Amino acid sequence: MSKNKQTAGHKGACGSQKKKEGEGRSCIRYRCGLTNTIQDVLNQRPGWVEVKDDGEWDLNWCDVGWLRENFDHSYMEEHVRICHFRNHYELTRKNLMVKNLKRYRKTLEREAGRLEASKCDFFPCTFVLPSEYHIFVEEFKRSPGSTWIMKPVARSQGKGIFLFRKLKDIIDWRKDGSRSEEQKDEAQVESYVAQRYIENPYLIAGRKFDLRVYVLVTSYIALKAWLYRDGFARFSNTRFSLSSIDDQYVHLTNVAVQKTSPDYDPEKGCKWQMQQLRQYLTAKHGFETVQTLFKEIDNIFIRSLLSVQKTIINDKHCFELYGYDILLDQDLKPWLIEVNASPSLTASSQEDYDLKYRLLEDTLHIVDMEGRLTGKEKRVGGFDLMWNDGPVHTDVGLEALGSSCLVANTHLGCVNDRQKQLQQLLKPFPGQKRT
Amino acid sequence: MLDESAELSVSITQIVQRLKGTHLHSQLEKQAKECLHKPEIKLETLKDDVRRLLKASGMTCLPPPRHPRAPPEHTKEPLAYMRKAQVNWEKRILKSLNSMCTELGIPLARKRPVPEQNELTNKWNEMGTDEPDLSKFRPVYAPKDFLEVLVGLKNPNNERSEDLTVRSHWGLIQVSLNVRDIPQTREMYPELGLTYGQLGIDDHTHVPPDLFESEHIHIGKKVVSEHDSAAAQQYSRQGCPTGLRAQLWSLILNTTDDPEAITHYEQLKARVIHHDLLVDNLIYKDVKLTASNDDYYFVFEDYLYQVLLCFSRDTAVLEHFNYNCATPPKSCIQSKSGSEQCAVVYPPNGVIPFHGFSMYVAPLCFLYNEPSKLYSVFREMYIRYFFRLHSVSSHPSGIVSLCLQFERLLQTHLPQLFYHLREIGAQPLRIAFKWIVRAFSGYLSTDQLLLLWDRILGYDSLEIVAVLAAAVFAFRAENLMEVTSLASAEAVLADLSTLKVMPLLQIFLFATSV
Repeated sequence: MSKNKQTAGHKGACGSQKKKEGEGRSCIRYRCGLTNTIQDVLNQRPGWVEVKDDGEWDLNWCDVGWLRENFDHSYMEEHVRICHFRNHYELTRKNLMVKNLKRYRKTLEREAGRLEASKCDFFPCTFVLPSEYHIFVEEFKRSPGSTWIMKPVARSQGKGIFLFRKLKDIIDWRKDGSRSEEQKDEAQVESYVAQRYIENPYLIAGRKFDLRVYVLVTSYIALKAWLYRDGFARFSNTRFSLSSIDDQYVHLTNVAVQKTSPDYDPEKGCKWQMQQLRQYLTAKHGFETVQTLFKEIDNIFIRSLLSVQKTIINDKHCFELYGYDILLDQDLKPWLIEVNASPSLTASSQEDYDLKYRLLEDTLHIVDMEGRLTGKEKRVGGFDLMWNDGPVHTDVGLEALGSSCLVANTHLGCVNDRQKQLQQLLKPFPGQKRT
Repeated sequence: MLDESAELSVSITQIVQRLKGTHLHSQLEKQAKECLHKPEIKLETLKDDVRRLLKASGMTCLPPPRHPRAPPEHTKEPLAYMRKAQVNWEKRILKSLNSMCTELGIPLARKRPVPEQNELTNKWNEMGTDEPDLSKFRPVYAPKDFLEVLVGLKNPNNERSEDLTVRSHWGLIQVSLNVRDIPQTREMYPELGLTYGQLGIDDHTHVPPDLFESEHIHIGKKVVSEHDSAAAQQYSRQGCPTGLRAQLWSLILNTTDDPEAITHYEQLKARVIHHDLLVDNLIYKDVKLTASNDDYYFVFEDYLYQVLLCFSRDTAVLEHFNYNCATPPKSCIQSKSGSEQCAVVYPPNGVIPFHGFSMYVAPLCFLYNEPSKLYSVFREMYIRYFFRLHSVSSHPSGIVSLCLQFERLLQTHLPQLFYHLREIGAQPLRIAFKWIVRAFSGYLSTDQLLLLWDRILGYDSLEIVAVLAAAVFAFRAENLMEVTSLASAEAVLADLSTLKVMPLLQIFLFATSV
């Protein structure tokens, strides 16, 4: 089988693979391009076997590099699944995301008015460079003294990011002799964004933090998105202060950057579970305020996904687990920082490992290669169905509420009693007895 | 023969003295003035009328009951052998502190030079970034050392035989104190019973909020708006909702936001800036070793310094030694001329921190973030409850009683388990002691811990801590029966972060057959 003409899902050593109605496969072949938590999850799933190199696979947990090279040349049978959408970068590359969001907002304003469009104002003012350089400069001059952040469009883990307050800083940077020719060329191509820096982040004990939330999308047309209950808050290791712009350790909360900070103590970890954060905020601000906050966070996911709905090439073989980075400001307004198509699955601690393990396990439950779901579920393990071609509401009895008010089906930062739920929901794996 | 009424007036004067300047005093004055305007008041019987009306309005004051001839130490701790043990323990701690001081050549206290004062002022909100060299310092003592003292307590009037019988006590605590058993505890904690709603049980996801939670929250809001301290205490027995807990605890503990509290805190902060104390290093070390390594409390490191450094200098805390059987440690300072020596209380608040002390403060950081408020709440919690966990006394909420209660509950209701653990050299108290000393802080997950502390405040007693310790053993009894060494027993009980305290307590108290 030549590398360029991969056919996935063919009959193989596992016998007949034709899926009968309602009956799952007993043996699933997977291919995994990563060597972290996902390996363990796939390895330990009953009835799943790994195939390497050119072998045919039923599920491919690939990295985006593989996708770029091979997706267009692969023929996939109906049941086969792959963990990325072909052009996910429309959502995850900062310059494209900005473009899509701005366009969506304009459409919304035209069709539904200002108020509706203002629900898209969760993204800090951003300009793509160099193409939008001039309008950026206009805006920059309009608000003197404010701080901006420069981010490379396609890099991750905090690389290449810096803060600035003077235009001079960018001009210097473009001319910077210490950077390689390649890097300078990058600046010519549209690979940087300049974004208004949020100068009043919500601080806990003087420290800045951001939230990592997981959203699983199984289809863009119609949009079907699930929200995971667990997540975490990542703290900066040092106290926040605007006077230390050069100290990138203060401002960037990626664990990858924090790991190199001189203060960093790997034993400590600098994360809080989402449940902990939600409780802390509730203790400080009361239940209603926090509920509103989390509703606004839901809104960020939904709007950002809707903004790329028509641009992303929908494919029934594809699903994608996004890592959303959200920042809160002092008025408890949530801001979208970015969306990751390959959120880190490497664990920084045992607790982190357990969280990612559960997350991936539940992702695979929803992808449902084994055919155990009916498709009508509103909750699978730690995932709640957030959007299904329209908002999804919980099955709360109307008598209990006393009115016809609908409650959204999301529970970010709430109790995740997934074991119990899964036991009730899923039939055991073929060959497994129900415990 | 002392005149009883004279005794009474002395007590009343003392109480009036204590009340002066407090919020309660101004409330009393206001009430009294209002009474004056009432038509029933007659000039001749003014005093009695006002007193009667005050009583009718709900304000009464009772002097503490005691024999008129009893010296103060006897009131604080009636048992002589306990007093002696406490005195000896204090001598040991002080000796340890003094020898550390001599060894390291560091003064117990020194005035900071002005540049250092300025630096500290600038860094006040981020003292955690400091990395002083703390390797030479060691904690003055750890809970383990204190446990040995308690194990060694003996009532000289009691003849103990060495034989182990069914009647004898199998645990480590060798003294007999009156502690509550399960039937008596049920009477004391009726609101934890199966017919009452609880936060921590009835707010679980699968229970419709209508059954208990919504109504409970509604009542809580009313209690907060009425500023009713007694109602808050009663309410807290069934748990405080997360969004209301900070205000409810504040009400129960009578900590207010008034300017006096803020000024007091600022004064303490000024004292920290001006003088450096040896115990400061102990505090730093403790925070770095315990709270900073905790998965959740590490964020609050700076707050802990801001509270504990001030706490050490708060001489108002000395007042609690009126009912604490301990005596504040004294150290000698030389006068400037070098000729005289005088004994001063050291540290100024009379409390020497031990390993794990900062964990008393850490959970409170979840509720309060203004330093003066956090400070007031912590101080009040300390002088009401926490001090009892590290001084030797016979008080029902004292550490000795709690340990004994724990052991007795275990022996009565899980005799097979207790016997087994004894046989393999794993005395249960050796494992549970660290939980009890810290009132479970750092061992339970924060939300569960706060539910436990709700009940400490609600019932004004630490006994629930001993009961929970026994309930934890009951919960893990099956696994514990399988172990064959102290180390494996410790391993079974190492991680309590997944426990749900209210169901455990409820089952242990109300579903155990007696």
